[in-house]
Amino acid sequence: MIKIIKHVIADILRNKIVIAYTIFLLAIGMSVFNLEDNTTKGLLSLLNIVLIVVPLVCIIFSTIYVYNSAEFVELLVSQPLQRKHIWLSLFSGIALALTLAFFIGIGIPVLLYSFTATGLILVGVGLLLTTIFVAIALLAAVHTRDKAKGIGIAVLLWLYFSLLFDGLILFILFQFSDYPLENLMLVLSALNPVDMGRILILLKMDVSALMGYTGAIFQNFFGTTTGIISTLLVMLLWIVLPMGFSLRKFKRKDL
Amino acid sequence: MIIATNVTKKFGRLTVLNNVSVNCNKGECIALIGPNGSGKTTLVKSILGMVVPDSGFITFNGLNILHNWEYRRHIGYMPQIGRYPENMTIGHAFAMMKDIRKAEHHGPLDEELLHSFGLPTIMEKRMRTLSGGTTQRVSAALAFLFNPDVLILDEPTAGLDPIASEILKEKIVKEKERGKLIIITSHILSELDDLVTQVIYMQDGNLLFHKSLQNLQKDTGEAKLSRAIAFIMKSK
Repeated sequence: MIKIIKHVIADILRNKIVIAYTIFLLAIGMSVFNLEDNTTKGLLSLLNIVLIVVPLVCIIFSTIYVYNSAEFVELLVSQPLQRKHIWLSLFSGIALALTLAFFIGIGIPVLLYSFTATGLILVGVGLLLTTIFVAIALLAAVHTRDKAKGIGIAVLLWLYFSLLFDGLILFILFQFSDYPLENLMLVLSALNPVDMGRILILLKMDVSALMGYTGAIFQNFFGTTTGIISTLLVMLLWIVLPMGFSLRKFKRKDL
Repeated sequence: MIIATNVTKKFGRLTVLNNVSVNCNKGECIALIGPNGSGKTTLVKSILGMVVPDSGFITFNGLNILHNWEYRRHIGYMPQIGRYPENMTIGHAFAMMKDIRKAEHHGPLDEELLHSFGLPTIMEKRMRTLSGGTTQRVSAALAFLFNPDVLILDEPTAGLDPIASEILKEKIVKEKERGKLIIITSHILSELDDLVTQVIYMQDGNLLFHKSLQNLQKDTGEAKLSRAIAFIMKSK
């Protein structure tokens, strides 16, 4: 399995996009901290990068990469290898390359300029989101044979997680504003890893006071160790579940 | 060695394999013949586990191949259209395959085709720059590389020039004499005459017959395989 991961990573490095992505992140990471004296402001700017750009790049790159390695996968499937290992290696290879890119691009500047709990959580959330969106991309790619359709689904999924989901939440909040929804919000936020990441980071930044009563409920839950651990578990589920589903599909796929 | 029992496969509404049963044994050289779209490649891919049959099962040396992968170490497969990662060089492809199969392949490598096809001199070339014929040479060399007991060749000579095609045929005869099972699908029947011992004829996903070459010649009264098949197609 390690051999296949090695070949996947070598192949990803050869096409240079991930290197460009690393340099892009590094440029942003460095400039954000050098432009602002206040590192918290710097972190806040990076938050948007982590929550919007990282998932977008990860999901699009991984989907296209999976389609482009169709030949490679076909070649491997006819060899004495387990399908499970082929698929997991593909996932690990892409996820490793992209998390490494994120760690160099955003992780290192954050550790240099803002080595705080907030900074660490930001890097952690970014690494988790990278892996989550690689897993979601693989799920989208395994379900459709048509490349254009697969990439379209990936873009729609990103739109859903980044924009549509918040719209839906707002809609529910306004429609049912007469009822106590705070605990429901807690549960609903688990349906979107991007939202969970955002809440986790914002609470660490002590701006939860701006979020009113819901903010207080969130603080009560996410502020505790139990809250942070359960958030972490739910985010891990967001990696394991899509991967599990795509693996099941891949095992029975005709190539 | 390979036994397929009532294998059925549907792609949507189209039945590609309809209750196909075959029995292939060691030392045989089997020609898989049939018109385009008769299910030859699908049958071959089912044996390799690349296509999962809807019903029926396939055994390799007595073991069901479903969810099994180790049996593939005994198979060398040359696909109809070899497709390789575009950024990879020929050298990379060989290095990767050796790397992957190193763990379970002990004996020496069979690099005869690699050399007779003149591949060592173009190891640096990237896969996307190769012509169809060169890609076929790479596929053939890879299929024979690990000295497998079973060789599955899907349209092996399509796209090869006459010299390369002759080299490949000689190699196939040589391996047959060493007691390997060889399954060839081809349209060019005249090429198969001096190679095959058995003939499987497929049409519209059905296996019409599986006979030895002598029986086929006796039944049709034709010495040449191409004429014998033409005779059968006409009489249907």
